[in-house]
Amino acid sequence: MNVRKTDIGCPDYKQFLPPVILENYGKWDYHEIPRPGVMLHVGESGDKLWSVRVGSPRLLSVKSILYFCDIADKYCDGFLRFTSRSNVEFMTVHEANIEPMIKELEGEGWPVGGTANSASNVIHTQGWVHCHTSATDASGLVKCVMDELYDDFTHHSLPGRMKLAVACCLNMCGAVHASDIAILGIHRRPPKVQKENLAKYCEVPTTIAACPTGAIRADILNGEKTLQINESQCMYCGACYTACPKLPIADALNDGLSIWVGGKCANARSVPRFTKLVVPFIPNNPPRWPEVVDAVRTIVNVYKAHGKPWERLADMIDRIGWARFFKLTGFEFTKYHIDDYKLATKSYNASTHLRF
Amino acid sequence: MSNPSSETPLLDELLKGRWPSFVKEMKEMADTKPMVRDVLRQLEKSYVDKKTHWKHGGIVGVKGYGGGIIGRYSDSPEEFPGAAHFHTVRVNQPAGWFYNTQALRDLCEIFDKYGSGLTNMHGSTGDIILLGTTTDELEPIFSALTEKGWDLGGSGSALRTPSCCVGPARCEWAMFDCLDICHDITHHYQDEIHRPAFPYKFKIKVSGCPNDCVSSIARADFSIIGTWRDHIRVNDEEMTRYVANGRNPINDAVLLCPTRAIEWDGKKIKIDNENCVRCMQCINAYPRAIKPGLDRGATILIGAKAPIVQGALFSSVLVPFMKIEEPYDEVKELLESIWDVWDDHGENKERIGELVERMGKGEFLEKIGIAPDVQMVIHPRENPYIFYDEFYEEEDDATANK
Repeated sequence: MNVRKTDIGCPDYKQFLPPVILENYGKWDYHEIPRPGVMLHVGESGDKLWSVRVGSPRLLSVKSILYFCDIADKYCDGFLRFTSRSNVEFMTVHEANIEPMIKELEGEGWPVGGTANSASNVIHTQGWVHCHTSATDASGLVKCVMDELYDDFTHHSLPGRMKLAVACCLNMCGAVHASDIAILGIHRRPPKVQKENLAKYCEVPTTIAACPTGAIRADILNGEKTLQINESQCMYCGACYTACPKLPIADALNDGLSIWVGGKCANARSVPRFTKLVVPFIPNNPPRWPEVVDAVRTIVNVYKAHGKPWERLADMIDRIGWARFFKLTGFEFTKYHIDDYKLATKSYNASTHLRF
Repeated sequence: MSNPSSETPLLDELLKGRWPSFVKEMKEMADTKPMVRDVLRQLEKSYVDKKTHWKHGGIVGVKGYGGGIIGRYSDSPEEFPGAAHFHTVRVNQPAGWFYNTQALRDLCEIFDKYGSGLTNMHGSTGDIILLGTTTDELEPIFSALTEKGWDLGGSGSALRTPSCCVGPARCEWAMFDCLDICHDITHHYQDEIHRPAFPYKFKIKVSGCPNDCVSSIARADFSIIGTWRDHIRVNDEEMTRYVANGRNPINDAVLLCPTRAIEWDGKKIKIDNENCVRCMQCINAYPRAIKPGLDRGATILIGAKAPIVQGALFSSVLVPFMKIEEPYDEVKELLESIWDVWDDHGENKERIGELVERMGKGEFLEKIGIAPDVQMVIHPRENPYIFYDEFYEEEDDATANK
């Protein structure tokens, strides 16, 4: 009889490491990037390992994964890895395998790139494909933006690294708050309470407890328990809709996108920092979101034209100032750009350092 | 029967263009799977009316686990019966996201047999995601997964699946064994991952150096980021070779050093190690000539999160330097002391960073038994509203206490 296994944890990574990695584990000497999308790591032993990085849409069918397996079996002795930004990396000790492997991958429509000073693949969330609180479709936006930035993914065309992210609501499963360019789906109105018969579908106490800001209170309608929302307290997170389907937050009229820039996580040169708002609202315009794509292209072009080598977008803006950034991009500066939350005064300019 | 491709004219626009198309991925499975065809039709509807058609509304899972499965239901099950329930299965990835093809083929076979055959490689937290199966298939898929050595990841108010960068497996800058500690912690805390008992979610991310390739400082409640304490190692010969090849260390290192700690006189690199903040710039620019020191470990930082509820936070320094060595007892003791304080004082849906903010970092340190260190702050306090623990009452003999 089969015993039900639980809590076995993830499999041991060691069985998935190619022999050259096992032999050089912790003993790599240096690396180079011989061409966009290819990294060469050299061990203290002199061993060489090439990695070919391929952009993926993150949402992959098993057919594509099996295709990647075929490539890895053919060129990489059956090993491959994925990156934190949903790229696939094919590793080989055979330099001669690189060009034919790239040719084969590119021939099947898989872009090779994403290294060094290129536009990164886009960290993103589920969106309309699979999320109940999304204000937009993350996968669709990513597809449109990366179609536009394709050549910047496959070439080292930028002054420094550029990391992009899309999150389809403020919950930010994709952590867009520290990316060079972030597209953030936003709801602008609280859930609309479908008050009638609510208690038949939802557990009232659970739903009240689900609200992180305590904005939901019990109410009575026709002698039956229901709910009300204190609208000024709502932060549009959708946690209540998770608990109760009678509180839908999606609102085609008011949902849309905002664009943020200048975040980073790496400590290189400057310290990590959050993204800042540059475009407060763009309506959803599926299937190709041309206004969002234009805004991203504008930002990338300004970065290309004005960034100095190694500068991240944030570093460039530090140097040229926000006034010039808004002027160069042509984005309008509005009252929504001025913070009004906790510690907002920290972002006020309390100096006469101004640019004219 | 109608041709599925004609059912989604808006989505078909996303088959165009050079970047790989997620619509193509979905259509490849829709040909043989009615559930995926209905999910595509539902998605097309979202593209028409500009809103989601998913709802949550129900706890599903496998026996004995409180997480790992995310319930997902269509809000229009009559219209899209195949999408009526389409739950996410989070499968705990191997450390560093390395695979051999046999393991991936096994996973593909399981996902194809018991679900939509659609995946995310990977989810934001790091898990392998099976993007959709029905309630009836949850126990069978769980059995099939564990049979092949796979287990579920975390969800809900639990320890979420830890993740790490590529580390010493393929990077010269890994200051400790990121993969091993990630694997070890994952196995040590299976109960915390699978049975949510925390006030809210808790994420651990491990980066081998301050370049922080898994964005630990922005995304993890508990960030482990590699660093070193001794001197940067310099190889002037290699630097001369870089210069002979046209590189300019003044532009790539000296002018970009945040503390002006590096000099280049045309022959030799000189580093003011006491003033180096371990930012990695010169090392990133010249991997063969400038390398991290050898007294290696990690900085532990606490509290990063996205905006909901009290605003986004980065992790901030909790332990400036800790040796990261098997069996990682020091890390585990620290984690558990944090969880104890969080358990006692955290409110429902309060992330650890928010608790530290509400309680004050000074008091939090006292509670977990760590001494304050000036490197935990950017600068000392600016406001004079200090609540002193020590003071004298009238009757005290102040001189006697000395």
